[in-house]
Amino acid sequence: MLFLSNKIEEEKDMINVTIDNKQIQVAEGTTILKAARQAGIHIPTLCYFELAGMNFENKPGGCRVCVVEITKDFNGKPRRNLAPACATDCVEGMEVLTHSARVINARRTVVELILSDHPTDCLTCAKSGQCELQKLAQNLGIREIPFHGEQSTYRKDMSPSIVRDIDKCIMCRRCENVCNNIQTVGALSAVNRGFSAVVAPAFEQDLMDSPCVMCGQCVQVCPVGALSEVDDTRNVMAAINNPKKTVIVNTAPATRVALGEEFGMEPGTIVTGQMAAALRRLGFDYVFDTDFTADLTIMEEGTELLGRIKKFMAGDKSVRLPILTSCCPGWVNFFEHNFPDMLDVPSTAKSPMQMFGAVAKNYWAEKMGINREDLVVVSIMPCLAKKYESKRKEFYKDGNPDIDYVLSTRELARLIKQFNLDLKDMPSEDYDDPLGESTGAAVIFGATGGVIEAATRTAYEVFTGKALPKIDFTELRGMDGIRDAWVDFNGTPIHIGIAHGLANARKLLERVREGKEQFHAIEVMACPGGCVGGAGQPYHHGNSEIIKKRTEAIYREDAGKPIRKSHENASVMKLYKEYLGEPCGHKSHELLHTHYFDKSEHVEISEK
Amino acid sequence: MAVIKLSEDKINFIKDVCKSFHNDGGEVINVLHKVQGEYGYLSAEVQELVAKELNIPVSRVYGIVSFYSFFTMTPKGKHPISVCLGTACYVRGAEKVLDELKRQLGVEVGGTTPDGKFSLNCLRCVGACGLAPVAMIGDKVYGRLTPDKVKEVLAEYND
Repeated sequence: MLFLSNKIEEEKDMINVTIDNKQIQVAEGTTILKAARQAGIHIPTLCYFELAGMNFENKPGGCRVCVVEITKDFNGKPRRNLAPACATDCVEGMEVLTHSARVINARRTVVELILSDHPTDCLTCAKSGQCELQKLAQNLGIREIPFHGEQSTYRKDMSPSIVRDIDKCIMCRRCENVCNNIQTVGALSAVNRGFSAVVAPAFEQDLMDSPCVMCGQCVQVCPVGALSEVDDTRNVMAAINNPKKTVIVNTAPATRVALGEEFGMEPGTIVTGQMAAALRRLGFDYVFDTDFTADLTIMEEGTELLGRIKKFMAGDKSVRLPILTSCCPGWVNFFEHNFPDMLDVPSTAKSPMQMFGAVAKNYWAEKMGINREDLVVVSIMPCLAKKYESKRKEFYKDGNPDIDYVLSTRELARLIKQFNLDLKDMPSEDYDDPLGESTGAAVIFGATGGVIEAATRTAYEVFTGKALPKIDFTELRGMDGIRDAWVDFNGTPIHIGIAHGLANARKLLERVREGKEQFHAIEVMACPGGCVGGAGQPYHHGNSEIIKKRTEAIYREDAGKPIRKSHENASVMKLYKEYLGEPCGHKSHELLHTHYFDKSEHVEISEK
Repeated sequence: MAVIKLSEDKINFIKDVCKSFHNDGGEVINVLHKVQGEYGYLSAEVQELVAKELNIPVSRVYGIVSFYSFFTMTPKGKHPISVCLGTACYVRGAEKVLDELKRQLGVEVGGTTPDGKFSLNCLRCVGACGLAPVAMIGDKVYGRLTPDKVKEVLAEYND
């Protein structure tokens, strides 16, 4: 595919343009914005957003921040009006000024007009420091807002994961675009017209009542504070400061390759040990790892997969294949809304986070002699859907949740900063035993393809009874939205599918539903790139290189682990021996498996 | 599981309309036009069913319904009132007539009285400029209106 697209690029005619007196050659059809970037010239943007290589470009041409002056157009004459660089194609011989006096003036007026209907509570805004509008105002040196008019007043909407503060919305439509096109969730749309236009769910209902799956990608792409995560940091600190409570924490795989960015480290820096050290400084009593239960997930999900494959091969037609992974809560919500006819297809295994909660509040609490009510379990997640997942009723026991609080990677960074700690200065410390031991197979849960690779490593050895000749299944890795590979299980070919981004998942699942393609197992992650690109991760501002570097770090962390197969995790094996019995056994089913609900819309005939 | 509750007739009608447009999401405006033509307005349930039949998000359907002023989510009254605000009517005081209607009915433009009797809307020119200012109630045209005449005209519809 890559080769093909390069070829198309080559075949395109090249044209000459001059930007800020710099002559460059670009392919026909290149926008002024992209041409300028090629020439190393930065044109500021606001509504425009691109996640290069992930098929996502938002260019409504609405904000006019990227306007430029075309001093020589196709007809040899200057263009009368300023042109939006993001939505104007270059033509042969075009001459463009990106920072003429006229341009800067217009740009400033545009930003002043946007600010005239924008709350100026920057100091207390959730996006402060990360806000693209704030940055623009700063760069343009805006010191007063000369325009005064009506101000938007819209109610705040809070779901368990996402806060919508629409007064701050600048109508860039990035959230609507990501929700409808990258995720095909369709929860958000522009509604109403003129001044009262807002991006909202149907009938302006709350997100919670819409088909929103809480993936939070809208938050990840929102340039301002209109969309942000629900902040649980205060609740966590209150629990830590409560002497009656034992507070333990578990950290998801993808957090360790992204947290460093919040402290100025290069994307892709691995900060596992520093994160554990910082969590201890914050006052957590035990620092554990979600990777421990990721290994446990593989034992359960892998056993379930092998069970289904063996039955299928024995001729049992009632077996539902492919098995679908169920670690990603955004994905679980998505299939509950969109594939109600396939609720028996996904693995019934809980996500690693919910398995952690179940193991901590039952096995570990018992072992330590701690009452369930006195144990607070906190999760550090790259994800916003995890906040919602932890509040699902089926994960409560007698009114007490298995996971008490979920903090995003960003929220953890805020807490560390509150304590005036710098991750760079932290020593590298280990996780506590026993819920801190993990293998390389668990770490790769954080990248697209990782869960299924981890499952394959274990399933292969259990199925064939032989040691893997090669641990790395590179054929399952990559960034293409939909991938598939055949893995040879000692003579039995196993067909594996992978999708990340829910639009891709929908496409793949529809192919399966229509019977067009047969798979044994499919991994789905809701967010582009998998958890490394999760909505709770440090904002990437559209730089897909950051997601790639986090992915590379994930595989580096895996390669550096002494044990890289889940079934070789000694603490997991001990847990089975002491408490659970066997994978998919009675006790496992009780604690580690769940069921799904039909959340789709049904038509019913009413009386009148 | 969310439930869309509608009468059997409505369900069948909406399904037929969607089918006549090949259940194509791109035809949503035409579908909504036909459905509103039949029922006078587009309830939330109706929009949900249209979305389901056309396989598009209901947020998009609502986005369209709330954008175009022709579409309404308020049921029309038994006697729909349309006040002409075309140029001729406007210069001869249509706005004052409209204000008086709003006052007497206690509704804004686009609204329906709580008893469901009258709904109030505006339009541009009914081709009776010689009678300006003009309003229509149902199919009946009332010409040379003044605010003083409003009460009398409405009284015609007392049961």
